[in-house]
Amino acid sequence: MTSILENIVAPGSIDFMLNIGIILLKIAIVIGMGLLHVAYATYFERKVIGHMQVRLGPREVGPLGLLQPIADGVKLFFKEDIIPSESDKPIFYLSPVIFFISALTSLSVIPFFDGFVIADINIGLLFLFAMSSLAAYGIVMSGWSSGSKYSFLGGLRSASQVISYEIAMGLSLVGVMIMAGSLNLTEIVRAQQAYPLGIFAIPQFIGFFVFVVAAFAETNRLPFDLPEAESELVAGYFTEYSGFRFALFFLGEYTGMLVMSSIASVCFLGGWGLPGFITSNLPVFAWKALGLAFFLVKVYAFMFLYYWVRATLPRYRYDQLMAIGWKLLLPLALANIVLTGLVKIWMKGLL
Amino acid sequence: MLPKLFFGYYAVVILFLSMLVVTRKNPVHSVMWMLLLFFHIAGLYLFLNAEFIAAIQVIVYAGAILVLFLFVVLLLNLKEELKIDRFIGSWPAAFVIASATFVLVSIALKSMVLGPPGKYTVDFIKQETHTKALGQLLYTEFLFPFEIASLILLVAVIGAIVLAKRKLRS
Repeated sequence: MTSILENIVAPGSIDFMLNIGIILLKIAIVIGMGLLHVAYATYFERKVIGHMQVRLGPREVGPLGLLQPIADGVKLFFKEDIIPSESDKPIFYLSPVIFFISALTSLSVIPFFDGFVIADINIGLLFLFAMSSLAAYGIVMSGWSSGSKYSFLGGLRSASQVISYEIAMGLSLVGVMIMAGSLNLTEIVRAQQAYPLGIFAIPQFIGFFVFVVAAFAETNRLPFDLPEAESELVAGYFTEYSGFRFALFFLGEYTGMLVMSSIASVCFLGGWGLPGFITSNLPVFAWKALGLAFFLVKVYAFMFLYYWVRATLPRYRYDQLMAIGWKLLLPLALANIVLTGLVKIWMKGLL
Repeated sequence: MLPKLFFGYYAVVILFLSMLVVTRKNPVHSVMWMLLLFFHIAGLYLFLNAEFIAAIQVIVYAGAILVLFLFVVLLLNLKEELKIDRFIGSWPAAFVIASATFVLVSIALKSMVLGPPGKYTVDFIKQETHTKALGQLLYTEFLFPFEIASLILLVAVIGAIVLAKRKLRS
């Protein structure tokens, strides 16, 4: 047991309690900063989509509408909490929490800059998959426990969608695991330094394509937002939720997007990695800050892609969604694994 | 002291949760308790420094198999509980057999001898990382059993597809 605790707490001879204090501080920073980013991701989304549709987006609350997310949060917090009489109460209360917690827990293994991870575990990527499979429970249980047909259908759709695309997403990252030789996200970032531009996206372009499509489906975003297709299912699995329970689903969805963008940034786009001549010439503090800035730029570029696609593409039909997942993405991901493995064995210098 | 405390917690909670799973009236609630049970089992693996197995436990059992259970339970639409007391009346015999097995196992546990310490010590695993050590062992020493297990799974997959397709044609 102590060895696990040592793995979680940074190895070293500092006092045990001090380490726990540092970890709690890290958790507080990541949750605080993460939720702030999530709040402003909604503002960013409304602005981006507004301008794409030749509108202005939010601009009334605060300068340039910058206080809009805070106003929305306050409003949701004070709204009446309505519980349907047909609902299964304990599970109805629990499912938004499961959904939100699973998204938030995923943040704990993501390296934001060199040396800043809450839990630098050896199975970082597998932990992320485990948490994303937990999120499916939040969705399907909320759909079932609401006692409404729209919620139920939305929940079932979402569960089958998330499970189908999880396989493709997991297999698309296997290429990255083969190239990096590790599941630890920090080591994946380090391994990318040896490649052109310091990113895996060029040699792993098939894997990156599969990952991007699967990430859209995993987070139930357009063009794969069938679980909450407004014209068919009102709002899908969270139709019956109101007030702060709805806000938990909303926060969970955006945190999920943030996590997916972070995985894309860390596993395919180089994360906080910087070229050697920068790290050797700048003071440690400066290049770490620069690394964090690079990481955030990549994350936001990926978030922008989410919004861009939302403003551009129509929704797929359900059978088309399943066909893409099973007949296109899964074979592509498998082919990518075989290809990466063969190249790794036969052309040792190349990978 | 600390390891014993952790193990005690997991053992007690796993037992308690398994009881909850089989005694709930609502099958969906049973599935939710089982989810918690799987997480505790994963915790037990983590406690043994088997981090890869812990992650796979959550991904495969909680993420895939249990979701399929949930689908079956939801699609069966069990609005009303079956009001049958017991399916079979021979529970005293089952109770006697279960108790006897329990006694037998507790006697057998006393004479347990630990195996000789092998190459794979805790320090070795920590240095190699569990995933790597397990992978190397599976693909070298235990390649044949591993391939047999894969073949059996493949047969099951193909069998399921064949059954589904036959229904579609008729």
